[in-house]
Amino acid sequence: MSHDNFPNLAMVSNQACLLTFSQVISEATSNYIVQVTQHLSTLAGIVDLVPSYTTLLVVFNDDDYDRFAIFKAINQAIDAIDPNDFSLKDQREVVIPVYYGKEVGPDIEDVAKHCKLSVDEVIKHHHETTYRAYAIGFTPGFAFLGNTPEELHVPRKTTPRLKVPIGSVALAENQTAVYPSVTPGGWQIIGRTPVNLIDWGSENLALIAIGDSVRFEPISRDEFLVLGGQLDGF
Amino acid sequence: MAFKVIKPGLLALLQDLGRHGHQSIGLTTGGPMDEIAFRWGNALLDNDSNSAQIEITFGMLTLEAQAATSIAITGADLDATLNDKSLTPWQTYAIKKGDVLAFHQPVWGLRAYLAVKGGFLCEPTLGSVATVVREKIGGLTGKGDKLQKGDVLAYQTCHEHQQRSVPRLAIPHYGNKEIPVILGYQYQSFSALDRANFFSSDYVVSSHSDRMGYRLEGKAIHSELNGIISEGIAYGAIQIPKDGQPIVLLQDRQTIGGYPKIGCVTRVGGGILAQQKPGDRIQFTPITVDQAERERHLQMARLAQWR
Repeated sequence: MSHDNFPNLAMVSNQACLLTFSQVISEATSNYIVQVTQHLSTLAGIVDLVPSYTTLLVVFNDDDYDRFAIFKAINQAIDAIDPNDFSLKDQREVVIPVYYGKEVGPDIEDVAKHCKLSVDEVIKHHHETTYRAYAIGFTPGFAFLGNTPEELHVPRKTTPRLKVPIGSVALAENQTAVYPSVTPGGWQIIGRTPVNLIDWGSENLALIAIGDSVRFEPISRDEFLVLGGQLDGF
Repeated sequence: MAFKVIKPGLLALLQDLGRHGHQSIGLTTGGPMDEIAFRWGNALLDNDSNSAQIEITFGMLTLEAQAATSIAITGADLDATLNDKSLTPWQTYAIKKGDVLAFHQPVWGLRAYLAVKGGFLCEPTLGSVATVVREKIGGLTGKGDKLQKGDVLAYQTCHEHQQRSVPRLAIPHYGNKEIPVILGYQYQSFSALDRANFFSSDYVVSSHSDRMGYRLEGKAIHSELNGIISEGIAYGAIQIPKDGQPIVLLQDRQTIGGYPKIGCVTRVGGGILAQQKPGDRIQFTPITVDQAERERHLQMARLAQWR
């Protein structure tokens, strides 16, 4: 992180620039990005901020900034943050209840086979790990959570499903995620959560924000149904 | 009062300047595909620049007025008629109760804008009425629906009409097929030959083009980067996927992605691109950020001075 060339700032267009913090994904980099994002969000004339694994896209109002003014504003914001203080203040922990199993997780047996584990071991590895939300995108509220333990690394499906049910909990490579809405998707589905990942009526809109710490908690079929879970959807 | 939708057409969407500030949770902005045409529509009627309008793609839309108002039509010429009489775009028209306004088929361009005095009255979702069909957000219902037969588009009745038109020089040249591109921060990852090919070839607009992005078919180019870590995608970003065929990401783009980008189309260039139909040919032409800033300020200054 203390590399001389980082953070690197580059113009993308006359309305956007990209800050690159590192070439490699790490929690420290992600913490730094969250802090810079929070800092820049208070500046007038910043239209949108798109944090990701190692970068932050800054979209600005070109009435307020030209390329010199935006560089100056961003550099001042970065100078105001101590790059050695990577601890996140008030980091949130989000707990997501999951009904695991083949009834709602049609790929769980394939995953177990691929990883040379039993289905119970797949569930155990998945829920005993604490993940970090590195990026949000693909669809609103879709949080890329990493890293899954090595035992659970599986490739994406060769043919993506045209329709993945809402709440599906899935694995791909070293990541896990929950599908917030019905979309096509190629990740391996191992279970389903009854909670909404996105709610346009709520204050935060999305349940998971970048930088959050996320845990999964196994629940029974009955608990899943009591919490409003739906079994169909494929 | 209101316009009643008699025929909904192919794709008619309520739009304002977009839903900003939510890209960090993966929500795209939406907004008008041809921003300059949209801004002129509101300027012609002295509306707030963010007032809601209808973006009409291709045409086939028929509306019936239930009260008097003023309208402005900008963007493409979709062979609009008022009570069967032809209308020229880029000017205002008086509307009386019972008038029938119809958009038929493109004469040139693809997307027209219908602005009404005071803007269409619609409850915003997350601060904007911009309709994003894919995300089921915005528009009349708040659920991202395109206009449907029987929909009622409310406006404030207005009996005063001012005849106005956009100065000829300020109307974009949709016949100009050169799309300006700001060279990106990943530009260096394309070989000199690929860069030369990109800027000297014709690209044809694919039929798989929509509000999310314009797919182009032509000389394939390749980045030396073998994919990148997913990062935020700006409006106008030109992604180069593995097949080497460029995709220009527009208003309904996904917020993050991992393909290399050769550059970024400006708002003005994106507006011109969005007026091209499948099968149309375009060329990319490089510009600097400095040129893009000047081009943008010129456009905005023209609007401001005219107002």
